[in-house]
Amino acid sequence: MKGFRYLGNVTTLKLEADTCVGCGRCVEVCPHQVFNLDEMKASIVDFDACMECGACRTNCPVAAIQVDAGVGCASGLIHEWLRDRNLPGSGGGCCS
Amino acid sequence: MGKDMTEPENIETGAAKACSCCCVPEEPLSDKPSCCGPSYTVGAGDIDETVPGFLGWLSTSAGRVPQIASELTLRDRFGAWKARWGIGRMDYMVPAGLYAIGTPAANDPVLVTANYKMSYDIVRRAMTGRSVWLLVLETFGVNVWCAAGKGTFGTAELVARIHKTGLAEVVAHRRLILPILGAPGIAAHEVQKRTGFMVSYATIRANDLTDYLENGMVTTPEMRELTFSFRERLVLVPVELMLAWRSLAIAGVLLFAAAYLVAGPTAGIRVLAAFLGAALSGLVATPLLLPCLPGRSFSLKGAVAGILWLAFFFALSGFQGVNTWVIAAAFLALPAVSSYYALSFTGCTTFTSRSGVKKEMRIALPLMGLALLLGGVLALLGLLLK
Repeated sequence: MKGFRYLGNVTTLKLEADTCVGCGRCVEVCPHQVFNLDEMKASIVDFDACMECGACRTNCPVAAIQVDAGVGCASGLIHEWLRDRNLPGSGGGCCS
Repeated sequence: MGKDMTEPENIETGAAKACSCCCVPEEPLSDKPSCCGPSYTVGAGDIDETVPGFLGWLSTSAGRVPQIASELTLRDRFGAWKARWGIGRMDYMVPAGLYAIGTPAANDPVLVTANYKMSYDIVRRAMTGRSVWLLVLETFGVNVWCAAGKGTFGTAELVARIHKTGLAEVVAHRRLILPILGAPGIAAHEVQKRTGFMVSYATIRANDLTDYLENGMVTTPEMRELTFSFRERLVLVPVELMLAWRSLAIAGVLLFAAAYLVAGPTAGIRVLAAFLGAALSGLVATPLLLPCLPGRSFSLKGAVAGILWLAFFFALSGFQGVNTWVIAAAFLALPAVSSYYALSFTGCTTFTSRSGVKKEMRIALPLMGLALLLGGVLALLGLLLK
């Protein structure tokens, strides 16, 4: 994304090149141009641009892509953390 | 600014970005309503003559379909403005189902969107002068991006909606045009296997849809490039303010009362101003100045904005009546407040990863807590040593 970049070297994205069938869906769905398709094989060309939305994984017909998908939202993560510990406030916040 | 701001956004196919939606993926790809939406599981009901922009009925092989206008009314614009300010945002939806824009025939394209009314409005406005089918999915009033993250804008809903509307009888082709930001929720190959419809992820912004259709339904690199312009960031600010004002009011009153009791009304007002300024540095200044603030971490950007605010504040108000302890306390505690609100803005963006935010939180939240605590202790010391 032009002019914006988040923390580097954190994404959980993995691509198994051997499994890839070169359909190009990952290139089509990635809003950050993380993938490139060359000679019927996808490759990761901009690893740190990945925001882990999971679009590539969901749309890969041969499950060659793995990523721990979710939304990079601090309030959401706090909410999740509270809910996991059954602490008060987990039902409130901006989601209520 | 007036006209600009009352216009519904066209930033992306399917409306506003996540924005504090807290899309915690409880059960990815489930059909549960999103936590960003209303707490009940009831959608917007059935299509009737009261749907926004209703012009009349179009008869098709699968029954009648409402024809809707592309032009937005004042009411639509006012509704969008209200939603931007968080008023009735959770109940801003249209019934799911098939709609007709213009006078579409069996060979005309089918666009898919969410039933957040702003998404519906943005797409129909972008299609002015064209004839297309609009398939609206039940996302419980949540925009495409957020609903896709939760899976309500998902494979199961899309497949069910195709069957329910009899789409295969209405159109002669087998192609669906989806927003790129809807892709996290939809498995295109699954949809094709289960319905015969091929999914094309067209564009990020609804405004590019016309170019996409004119380009022979081919996406250009520009159409799949995300942007986060000043204006795109600006429209996200009001709802952040609306979400924060209650806690800010409570904290503000407490701080004012404490300073008033200890040092009189002038001190109360100064403390309140410094605090609110720090909060607004995180809530407003950080989003607007995002690319100009140093670092990649949002909490760091927020802390810098908070420090700049305090420097400005003391330059303006002078140091009269405050000792070094109090100044140190302000420079510790208040940037932590800015930093917290800046960190919350990660939910409004479409480039922050979950792993990245987690990493940032692990470092920033304890530091913020420590800064607040130390700031409190220093402020007390400042009072005692006065």
